[in-house]
Amino acid sequence: MSTTVVNVETEGKTWGGGNEPLKASYGKMMMWFFIVSDALTFSGFLAAYGFSRFKFIDSWPIADEVFTHVPFLHGQELPMIYVAFMTFILIMSSVTMVLAVDAGHHLNKAKVTIYMFLTIIGGLIFVGSQAWEWATFIKGDYGAIQTKGGNILQFVDTEGHRVALKDFVVANADADRTQHERDNGLWFVSEGTLPTYTVEEVLHGLEKHDNILVRTQTLTEEGHKTVLTRAESIKQLKENGKAVVEGANLHVNEYGSPLFADFFFFITGFHGFHVFSGVVLNIIIFFNVVLGTYERRKSYEMVEKVGLYWHFVDLVWVFVFTFFYLV
Amino acid sequence: MAHEHKLEIFRGLWKFKSNTQKIWGVLAFLSFVTAIEVVLGIYKPDVLMGSILGMKGLNWIFIILTIVKAYYIAWDFMHLRDETKGLRRVIVWTGVFLILYLTFILLQEGGYVFKVYDEGFIKRDF
Repeated sequence: MSTTVVNVETEGKTWGGGNEPLKASYGKMMMWFFIVSDALTFSGFLAAYGFSRFKFIDSWPIADEVFTHVPFLHGQELPMIYVAFMTFILIMSSVTMVLAVDAGHHLNKAKVTIYMFLTIIGGLIFVGSQAWEWATFIKGDYGAIQTKGGNILQFVDTEGHRVALKDFVVANADADRTQHERDNGLWFVSEGTLPTYTVEEVLHGLEKHDNILVRTQTLTEEGHKTVLTRAESIKQLKENGKAVVEGANLHVNEYGSPLFADFFFFITGFHGFHVFSGVVLNIIIFFNVVLGTYERRKSYEMVEKVGLYWHFVDLVWVFVFTFFYLV
Repeated sequence: MAHEHKLEIFRGLWKFKSNTQKIWGVLAFLSFVTAIEVVLGIYKPDVLMGSILGMKGLNWIFIILTIVKAYYIAWDFMHLRDETKGLRRVIVWTGVFLILYLTFILLQEGGYVFKVYDEGFIKRDF
């Protein structure tokens, strides 16, 4: 703590501490060191995402078709609206943070308290939204078939609208298999949740409904997914269909390349973890403000340092937003 | 620094009376840019879908707007505008140099792997 107090007798001695190179205090300088290195970590992740995307450039999922959900507006296709809302919340909480820093410069304890509180609320709304987004992504909504080669086959009607498996597949009650849990069958061995349908049932449903076609992952010249003809659809499903995929996990996802889900979980998860730690730091600082620690110290520089971290989290989100949802 | 703020953005085109006002001004600008991104992302005008320098025109716009937003977050919210020139350069150019280098290498390599899969004899699409 003593290092943050200016005007101790060590001032002026080069190696005695209290030095301020580039007119930035020790604490602020270290925060900038951390931010630059953390920025490199995030750019590493985003560049790796770019690598995988370029590797599968002709079959990468279209983000607009994946993130179309908004809470309370069930069944409506509203691409990007919710992410835009999340971005706005985060920018807004950045603003209340700068206002807190500004109030700190004027040693206005009441205002710093209010603005820090609002910043924490903004951070919590953001983390909550991200949790909701994850839950929706994991649950999925249309379902798809994975081929032997690991490609994803989705279903559309003749107009090109997506069709969910449950709209044309009927589960055959006789062929139902129970999930193997660790307390029955082979001892202490279990398997993951079984999909609602089997590949045979999906094939059966496809053959019965003339208006349903298979859509592959391959992108056409115009950037749309390729839709197969009726004969090709049945042939593809019959010859290559291997597993029914509902929702997403780290191994498979119904949206397309498994890497897409992996990077989604990893990058937004890592960012969400940053927001979470930011909220924790903000809460600590908030209580210090309330208790009057900085009032006695006559300096609100701690608010400024945590503020730097908080803005950095916002800055990273701006890039995640662009490269995950827009480009 | 701390108590002195430079109160103008857009190279002096937009001047503010107090730091608080500047913060709201920057917020308005950032929200405006985000709104443009979202509208373009939803409607995807055909004019912008053509390829410029190996990438869709629309994607160039998104990336440039992102860098614009990043600039204002760093300069005004993180107070880089008020720091010394030396500190600003150390922070920005270290990051920019390393990130451009990394991005170039990985994207180049990703494109190469795609080409091998696409034109080579390895069959993976079945």
